[in-house]
Amino acid sequence: MNKLSHLGPFNTLEKSRQVSRRGFLIGATSVGFTLAFMPPEVGANDRDDLVDNGAAAALNDASNGVFEPTVWYSIDPTGIVTVNIAEAEMGQHIGTALARIIAEELEADWQQVALKYVDTEAKYGYRVTGGSWSIWHNFDLLSRAGAAGKKALIEEGAKLLGVASYECSARNSQVIHKDRSISYAEIVTRGNISRVYSAQQLLKMPIKHPANRVLIGEDTKALDIPDKTRGKAVYGIDASYPGMVYGKPLIPPTRYGAKITAIDDAAALKIVGYQRTIALTDPSNTVPGWAVVIADSYHAALKAAPLVKVSWDAGDTAGVSEQDILDRGGALIESAVGSLLLDDPLVDTNFAAAKEVLQRRYTTSTVLHFPLEPMNAIALEKNGNWEIHTGNQWQSLTLPVYAQALDVAEEKIIMRSYLIGGGFGRRLMGDYGVPALLAAKALAKPVKLLLSREDDSRFDSVRSPSVQDVSMAFDQQQQVIGMQHHAAAGWPTEVMAPGFLGTGTNGEKYDPFSISGANHWYSVGSHRVRAISNDLANKTFRPGWLRSVGPGWINWALESFMDEAAHKVGIDPITFRLKHLISRGRNKGAAPNSVGGANRLVRVLRQVAQNAGWGQDLPVDTGMGVATTFGQERDMPTWCGCVALVHVDRKTGKISLQKLSLVLDAGTIVHPDGALAQTEGAALWGVSMALHEGAKFVNGEVEDTNLNTYTPLRMSDVPAMDIEFIENNYQSVGLGEPATTVVAPAIGNAIFNAVGVRLRHLPMTSAAVLAELV
Amino acid sequence: MSLSFSINGQPVRTALTSDTPLLWVIRDELDLKGTKYGCGIGQCGACTVHIDGVAARSCITPVGAIKNKTITTIEGLDGDGEHKLQTAWIEAQAPQCGYCQSGQIMQAASLLKSYPQPTDAQIDQVMNGNLCRCMAYVRIRKAIKIAATSLPSSSQQLSDQHPTQASIKSSISSTGSKV
Repeated sequence: MNKLSHLGPFNTLEKSRQVSRRGFLIGATSVGFTLAFMPPEVGANDRDDLVDNGAAAALNDASNGVFEPTVWYSIDPTGIVTVNIAEAEMGQHIGTALARIIAEELEADWQQVALKYVDTEAKYGYRVTGGSWSIWHNFDLLSRAGAAGKKALIEEGAKLLGVASYECSARNSQVIHKDRSISYAEIVTRGNISRVYSAQQLLKMPIKHPANRVLIGEDTKALDIPDKTRGKAVYGIDASYPGMVYGKPLIPPTRYGAKITAIDDAAALKIVGYQRTIALTDPSNTVPGWAVVIADSYHAALKAAPLVKVSWDAGDTAGVSEQDILDRGGALIESAVGSLLLDDPLVDTNFAAAKEVLQRRYTTSTVLHFPLEPMNAIALEKNGNWEIHTGNQWQSLTLPVYAQALDVAEEKIIMRSYLIGGGFGRRLMGDYGVPALLAAKALAKPVKLLLSREDDSRFDSVRSPSVQDVSMAFDQQQQVIGMQHHAAAGWPTEVMAPGFLGTGTNGEKYDPFSISGANHWYSVGSHRVRAISNDLANKTFRPGWLRSVGPGWINWALESFMDEAAHKVGIDPITFRLKHLISRGRNKGAAPNSVGGANRLVRVLRQVAQNAGWGQDLPVDTGMGVATTFGQERDMPTWCGCVALVHVDRKTGKISLQKLSLVLDAGTIVHPDGALAQTEGAALWGVSMALHEGAKFVNGEVEDTNLNTYTPLRMSDVPAMDIEFIENNYQSVGLGEPATTVVAPAIGNAIFNAVGVRLRHLPMTSAAVLAELV
Repeated sequence: MSLSFSINGQPVRTALTSDTPLLWVIRDELDLKGTKYGCGIGQCGACTVHIDGVAARSCITPVGAIKNKTITTIEGLDGDGEHKLQTAWIEAQAPQCGYCQSGQIMQAASLLKSYPQPTDAQIDQVMNGNLCRCMAYVRIRKAIKIAATSLPSSSQQLSDQHPTQASIKSSISSTGSKV
């Protein structure tokens, strides 16, 4: 694993990988083969184990007869292979993809594979679902885990058949010797199957040559889908617990620093089912100044909430506006602060010597996560141990916060897993669990806390507004001799996970997620990248990791600017990009993650130009625009090219996105239809943020809190889409996010080619087009 | 006071105050969790159910307004969960997170009553009020077309009654646009 290993923060991730591998070894050695008992009737889509809160505990009862060579799966006497999924299931069908990886090497019959979404337990190692990491992070680990199980089954199966194991093979949950075979079910039932593999043996466990794969790269139906068509899928919001009461928060006027001065609930007392309103005391400072309305039912809480009068002393960001945050970003860029992610020699010299310098400023508005399932959690205490029932993406970051809030040891808290009704990075923060825990502690009873839609928006960890200056130096021959990129935004990692900050060449810390993309694969001479934390943003709200994080604004600036530079020197924008994509030096790439380097971006760019018909004559006021991205991180690049076809109405300024063409190279594709679905959704998220979304801070809070004014893309806004994946056997990387960030600059560049208007702010609006056309 | 209605073929009485949104009656009193809470203002469609066979937003429907009416939720669309839309949804692999999909399917069931062979424009018109935050729209549209070309499922006539053009239109919310 080389991903960002040169950066400080990812040393922590590297450790997490080691932890999870260690967890794997522990599972294979000391825990043995009878760790968990899965009832045979629990099938692929049976989520009753998560509905019935008693059942999860029962799963820990040791029982004989189950083969569990690693913590990642077990095989029961009926042959059901239950794969333990430690990643959050939030629409990416990750359980299916991970199970396919195991089943491939285990030679399991896919019809007998079931999924179990596991609760938090140390044996599963570091728990985070984000960064488009899941497949990339687990591919090798789970492949070798599957191969280890197959080896054990062949050895034991051979014994039962009375033949030599080296004469046997496995396929479709059978160990086969010539014309005889024995099923995995029978081996588990009859055999004495116990194997211990050393760390070295596991690392060297042979896995298949890609040409021999039978599941990976082949289409299948996602196992989580049928229940989602029948109203049977269980999300956190669907959980219940005996004796629970409902809580609805009353959120203070500022994210930090607000203090409750009085609570008057006299008017609420007449509401049937209303119980009381409590002020929370939060040692973790996650929800300072919160009160929670407690009621017998959620509808009673909703009805009572407007009748409870809470008086607050607001924090000092009560007057902050969206423009204040953008202005602060601009001022910071113009100062010398920040961390230098890249600072090649001769940047200043080359800019001073340049014949011409092109400099542009790009900005983006606040974006809400707006997952359709509002934040919720059930919290309860049992004999000094705490349970929290909620969907979450980053349990390993969240549990220490819960421990601090409750003032108990982390080991005393278990998070029960649920399907997630939309993640997009929102549930990387487990902050919504804190008020549930604090309320349950204060009341000494189970509490189901549910945020209303408006609460959810006000409490969101939004994507920060951003300001960026990008510049390029050209010599006498109009050759590029230098480039600078300065970006200011609120930094989620600084606020919530400072251990993941990187250290720049000037010794200053930076948020790698908030600057990724600026360290691109174009060869541009001397290159400087400066990342700046917008302190006013960080004070006013909790910046969040939102689908793609930094590349969402960084790539908007970078790829808009590359187009501006191409037009400046009078070269076709694709030709200009190709000219600067040279696979050498730091852009050469490295095994295993970025083999080929810039050449792979060349490949997708050429392919998407061909697919889109780049260069063809187009109707009046219609244009094509191009953009590229390398996805989330330089050391885990997903190569992507995009061409947008746009028509602009000169009278109204209306931007009509007619078509998106996308070509992606994500290495080995595990679940092709799932990969396509992720790319469709990611690209449309890109469209939505480019043209339809955008919130605004007014008086320290987001003004847009519901769909009456916050308007994500709807079905009628969907353009035609042509998506192609480059086929190869390279390292499998990520697909949850990459297509998100390539869309906005492609649209902006198309608008320029259609009507000559250059937009430099997201979202792009008809008003902005009209203002430039006049 | 109490009022009666039927849900998925079962008679129900509730003593809740008449202004209680039907959504919470369905979810928390009747424990039918397939109908979802999304926005609370009738603009996301996650709470869509059928009232006398017509799609409606249960989050803004007071329970007092459904006295003696017939409610169908996703759980009751087909006894076996194999309504032609449900099988089409699987064939198209439409859901991602899945949270909106009960509402999408219930809205689509209404759509097919009005437009058995809907055009893209008709699908957009009726389905635009249902937000899919995962943006799985391409597949939702595809699934509707698959269902429209398949044979009618046996239970559809039982669950979808009296559709009218006006009622379809009334369920389309304005989504606005900043473009």
